[in-house]
Amino acid sequence: MDFGVIGIALGILLIIGLFFGSRKQGGSQSSPKRKGLVTGIGAQLRSINAEKNQVLEDIHDILIMADVGIEASEAIISDLKKTEPTFENLRAVLKARLMQHADNYLNSAPLQVILVVGVNGVGKTTSVGKLAHYLSKQGKKVVLAAGDTFRAAAVEQLKTWAERSGVHVVVGSNEADPASVAFEGATYAKNHNADVLIVDTAGRLHTKTNLMEELSKVKRVIEKHAHVTDVLLVLDATTGQNGVVQAKTFSEAVDVTGLIITKLDGSAKGGVIFAIQKVLDVPIKFVGNGEGLDDFAIFQPETFIDELLA
Amino acid sequence: MFNQLTQRLNSSLRKLKSKGTIAARDVEAFVRELRLSLLEADVALSVVDEFCQVVLEQGLELQKSSTLNPAQQLTRIVHHELLAVLGGVTTSLTFSKRPPTVVLLVGLQGAGKTTLAGKLALYLKKQGHTPLLVAADLQRPNAVNQLEKVAELAGVKIFAPEPGNGKGNPIKVAKAAVKFAEQKVHDIVIIDTAGRLAIDKELMKEVREIRDTTSAHQVLFVIDAMTGQDAVVTADAFMQQVGFDGIVLSKLDGDARGGAALSVKRVTGKPILFASIGEKLTDFEVFHPDRMASRILDMGDMQTLIEKSEDVLDEEQKQRFQDKLESGEEFNLEDFLEQMNALKNMGPLSKVLSMLPGAGAMKGQLDQIDDDEMKRTAAIIQSMTPGERRDPKILNASRRLRIAKGSGMQVSDVNSLVDRFTQAAKVMKQMAQGKVPAGVGLPQMPARGKQKSSPPKKKKSKSGNPAKRAAEERGESITLPNEFKNLLKD
Repeated sequence: MDFGVIGIALGILLIIGLFFGSRKQGGSQSSPKRKGLVTGIGAQLRSINAEKNQVLEDIHDILIMADVGIEASEAIISDLKKTEPTFENLRAVLKARLMQHADNYLNSAPLQVILVVGVNGVGKTTSVGKLAHYLSKQGKKVVLAAGDTFRAAAVEQLKTWAERSGVHVVVGSNEADPASVAFEGATYAKNHNADVLIVDTAGRLHTKTNLMEELSKVKRVIEKHAHVTDVLLVLDATTGQNGVVQAKTFSEAVDVTGLIITKLDGSAKGGVIFAIQKVLDVPIKFVGNGEGLDDFAIFQPETFIDELLA
Repeated sequence: MFNQLTQRLNSSLRKLKSKGTIAARDVEAFVRELRLSLLEADVALSVVDEFCQVVLEQGLELQKSSTLNPAQQLTRIVHHELLAVLGGVTTSLTFSKRPPTVVLLVGLQGAGKTTLAGKLALYLKKQGHTPLLVAADLQRPNAVNQLEKVAELAGVKIFAPEPGNGKGNPIKVAKAAVKFAEQKVHDIVIIDTAGRLAIDKELMKEVREIRDTTSAHQVLFVIDAMTGQDAVVTADAFMQQVGFDGIVLSKLDGDARGGAALSVKRVTGKPILFASIGEKLTDFEVFHPDRMASRILDMGDMQTLIEKSEDVLDEEQKQRFQDKLESGEEFNLEDFLEQMNALKNMGPLSKVLSMLPGAGAMKGQLDQIDDDEMKRTAAIIQSMTPGERRDPKILNASRRLRIAKGSGMQVSDVNSLVDRFTQAAKVMKQMAQGKVPAGVGLPQMPARGKQKSSPPKKKKSKSGNPAKRAAEERGESITLPNEFKNLLKD
């Protein structure tokens, strides 16, 4: 590496970095102060006998390994300290935390409109397919809108699912704008007296501001035609603490009303939902646990907890 | 990506920066913070415990020796350990002596295998290889169509004899693909397989058979960077049941804290080869552990920056810039405008600048830099006469008013631009002369907005260097990372 290249890189970047880095701006960049969680708990732990401490520490580790996250784990441990740290009490504490948010019902309306959102690869299209099947089995007339106009072959993937459960898919022209596909879907659903419209959307990382803006637009456009009754965020059970940020950001953009946890048939426990529910009041509605059409169920807190502790 | 981890580690290091000596409880407190940071970043519990133990032991050693800068020493220890956990050296894909080289992609559902297959194919094609993509994911609805589209985008051949959607045998497809590649002289075969759970015995057996029947040369395990504690469980299971030669991290463009990256390498002992960082086929990078470790600790990533700037500058620009640096001539606004334009081609400004050492400290400001800001800045400079651009000192009040009117901005904007530019140019000149000011990592300048009460105009200070002065005012001294200094010395 000769001096010239380095000089150039440094020069350009330093000047521009210094320039923009020192510019006036009002936004605060101070990070929120952490509460002395560990020291606080540590002090409390010391006062209890050592054996009990060991049990609590083990439980803490189990929770951490299930992706429950530090804050939610500490909260659970602190609940548990009010009683004896037995397995049954742990189950009860966990259950109490999930039951506060238990809500398996979708909102009803003459036309239920369900928007399905999430980051890439969590299983949105699969969940849309399974949800369509689940609702058709209950005798509802379901229409799908293929709103993932971005990923290669996503529309075809949705069509295949639709064929399996015999529901109609509204497909936009190939490079259609997702908002217009959703709108066409809403129009079609109304004209054909459907009970439910499920709108699939492209996976998007919550950090991409423009894509999140696009999602808000999709919702606004549907709202012109029909009320969006549910916005379901699909969350991959293997996701770690990033799930909390995902839930927060998607909620800010489209006001998420419920979660679908997918891939619970694997070794991942999905404990991040405890962390999510600590900051966000969003119920878990469904779980996906396989690749088959029927591998989809209403969320059962007890089953979930048993699996988590298994 | 690793921002959260970076920020937390740096804030706990900053607490130590003002200290001359270090006590055992300082080290312990630091390690506690480190432990929390790593756990919040989804690093596997076992890896965290091991990591913290090493840092604690080595940190306590610091007490014995009279170390001058304990914070810096601790950074060095953490950096060293991070590097060890991330795998030390950059590892590249190896090729079979007898072509075709068969690359088998495995992983959970939704890890990003199909997209990655396309990215890898394009990357290899650019290196002069003739990769063949093989559609062996016959499970997921329309995975085959997706790969076809990806192949078309990458401009590479695809072998897809089966329609998929549950029809066809992936083992047969893979076997036939290798034959096809031999006949059509493709030197690399990239096999996309269906996502599978590590606990699915049947499917794990299937992928083993694909591996054996194709004598796969490189099995790559693709894992989502957002994965939590399950990353090690899954990676370990794939390692035991299939075995793999390298790891590919996908979706690293999000804000995942990337703990999976740290854990998986440690647990399996296999290197991370590539990182996938976006939805475009070109959003694909060779994974450099040293650069990643530096990024995590906010020591910048100069190497990537230099490579990127190499691409966007022409020879003449480079020469001119070098001359200026060597002669010690002042940089003027004309250079600045030119540099800003060049920088535009290096990607989003905030992303590029975030690779500079110390950038984490000004993340707030960087995040808010947008193209409009650059446009406004350019507009002001463009409203100046060439003479003014070359010598901003001649900008008096009436000239500034004219410029403000010409660019549709306020006089205060013009003032701010000139002031900030003058400061930046001064630091630049000092650095070019090898007088590296102690206070400069990249500008650890505090957000100006917060300093409303500070005196409005230049006040005499002990240090003529603004960054250093700012550092002095905060009672801390920031040292330039060594790699940065070394670069200057070269």
